[in-house]
Amino acid sequence: MALRKVLGTETEYGITVRGQPDFNPAVASALVINAYPGDRVRVQWSFEEESPGRDARGFGHEGYGVADPDSALVNAVLSNGARLYVDHAHPEYSGPECWDPLQGALYDKAGEVVMHISAVEACRALPEGHEIRLYKNNSDGKGNSYGAHENYLLARDLPFGDVIRYATTFLVTRQVFTGSGKVGAENGRPAVEFQLTQRADFFEEEVGLETTLKRPIVNTRDEPHGDPGKYRRLHVIIGDANLSEVQTFLKLGSMALLLAALEDGALPETLELEDPVEACWKVSHDPTLTEPLSLAEGGRATALELQFRYLEWMEKYVRSEMDEPVWDQVIEVWRGVLEDLESEPMKTADRLDWAAKFRLLEGFKARDGLGWDAAKLKALDLQYHDVHPERGLYHRLVRRGAMRRLFTDEEVAAAVTDPPERTRAYFRGRCVRDFPESLVAANWDSLVFDVGEAHLKRVPMMEPVRGDRDRVGPLLDSVADASELIEALGG
Amino acid sequence: MADQERARRPARRQEETDEAEIIEDSVEADTEKIDELLDEIDSVLEENAEEFVKNYVQKGGE
Repeated sequence: MALRKVLGTETEYGITVRGQPDFNPAVASALVINAYPGDRVRVQWSFEEESPGRDARGFGHEGYGVADPDSALVNAVLSNGARLYVDHAHPEYSGPECWDPLQGALYDKAGEVVMHISAVEACRALPEGHEIRLYKNNSDGKGNSYGAHENYLLARDLPFGDVIRYATTFLVTRQVFTGSGKVGAENGRPAVEFQLTQRADFFEEEVGLETTLKRPIVNTRDEPHGDPGKYRRLHVIIGDANLSEVQTFLKLGSMALLLAALEDGALPETLELEDPVEACWKVSHDPTLTEPLSLAEGGRATALELQFRYLEWMEKYVRSEMDEPVWDQVIEVWRGVLEDLESEPMKTADRLDWAAKFRLLEGFKARDGLGWDAAKLKALDLQYHDVHPERGLYHRLVRRGAMRRLFTDEEVAAAVTDPPERTRAYFRGRCVRDFPESLVAANWDSLVFDVGEAHLKRVPMMEPVRGDRDRVGPLLDSVADASELIEALGG
Repeated sequence: MADQERARRPARRQEETDEAEIIEDSVEADTEKIDELLDEIDSVLEENAEEFVKNYVQKGGE
């Protein structure tokens, strides 16, 4: 039986400061992170890392009065179990470990709210007329990309070669429903008017360790954030940040199913492509979804046809192995999206960001007589992703009932403050809420407390599904402070 | 057999007409909705698109 596919997302947001084109992105990102108004603890993110706040410190402090070195320590753990920090020159939200894809999509959406309310707070410290704006996208349209990564718990004994053989084609072809859409091409790829994804142009290798240049379709970073004898964490870097809740759910759910089926030996074929890197941008550059891809063993198939194969396998797999309703929901959403993409792609404009954006762009093109190179269309492309509920075009579509949702605003608000209950994120989040003064360092697999003794106390959390509410809730309810907690845990 | 088919035909044609009308109606409604949407978006779009796009420069990340 496959391992529980504990999963989560991490998203780097694009950042600008209106009124100050020459703003320093690292400083502005630090301002955002440090302004988060909810329960959070600024921590050192693990003792092993060289310097968690290096970028921000290195960029000087002029302009925004970040004079206190402490305020440049830009790593926070939130009461929902997430990590909020500055990565390179972007604010990043790494969501907590989630129990299933529905929860994963919910905490991903909560990240947008975290970013938005932090930016609003941060703006209070800015001079009149300056305003920080955040974008949940992955490209500036000028050759610079920043990531939206997914993480899935895998069994260590699954040979990594199997992941590469079985998952590569899936990752390339899933772009038909994972893309957030983009005007034009980048990174030396052939010119195109509009493409399905933000990221495809930046993938140049089949397999590798890199994430910032020569990006690989399958990333080999081996950092399990758990017991390395039992677990891997598959770090998926080929995906777009999605605004659509349905889309994030489908992206996480279909991948989790594929990996579970792989662990259970339930994938009948590898479906390897002749040239995955070329296929990657070709799929993205084809909004008609008709481009045939060459298969390694001969023959050709479109990305959509290959996705129908995966869907068929996963449907069978869910019927025999997965009895939680959430997996039936994945199959249902998946089938609906693929069938609509096959009959009339624009039918998916209520579920897929790329289709929603494409429809908007086509609307403006027709009404205003614009060409694809019009600045207005590129502006629309960017503004679709603005996290501000008034400015963001995705939000406008939602408010008009043009995008399907999976969650209510209340559910999202609860996910901003409360951790998932069935993973170790629960323990992390509760400790942030209950013992903020004692928490000094954190990592995905440990927390470090200062309880006033000679040594700091480290609590390891090497099992992603322990530290859940059932196991530690009563204990956390019963202790008065971190000192009692440490004592109860055995000193 | 042939008679039966012939007999059914007018009815089918009537259905087709109805369907076509319905489709036309919904297309019209859609167009109206889209125009409304575009107007709304026009009101929130960044004032100077060219400047906005030009200034949107990010450092690579990940």
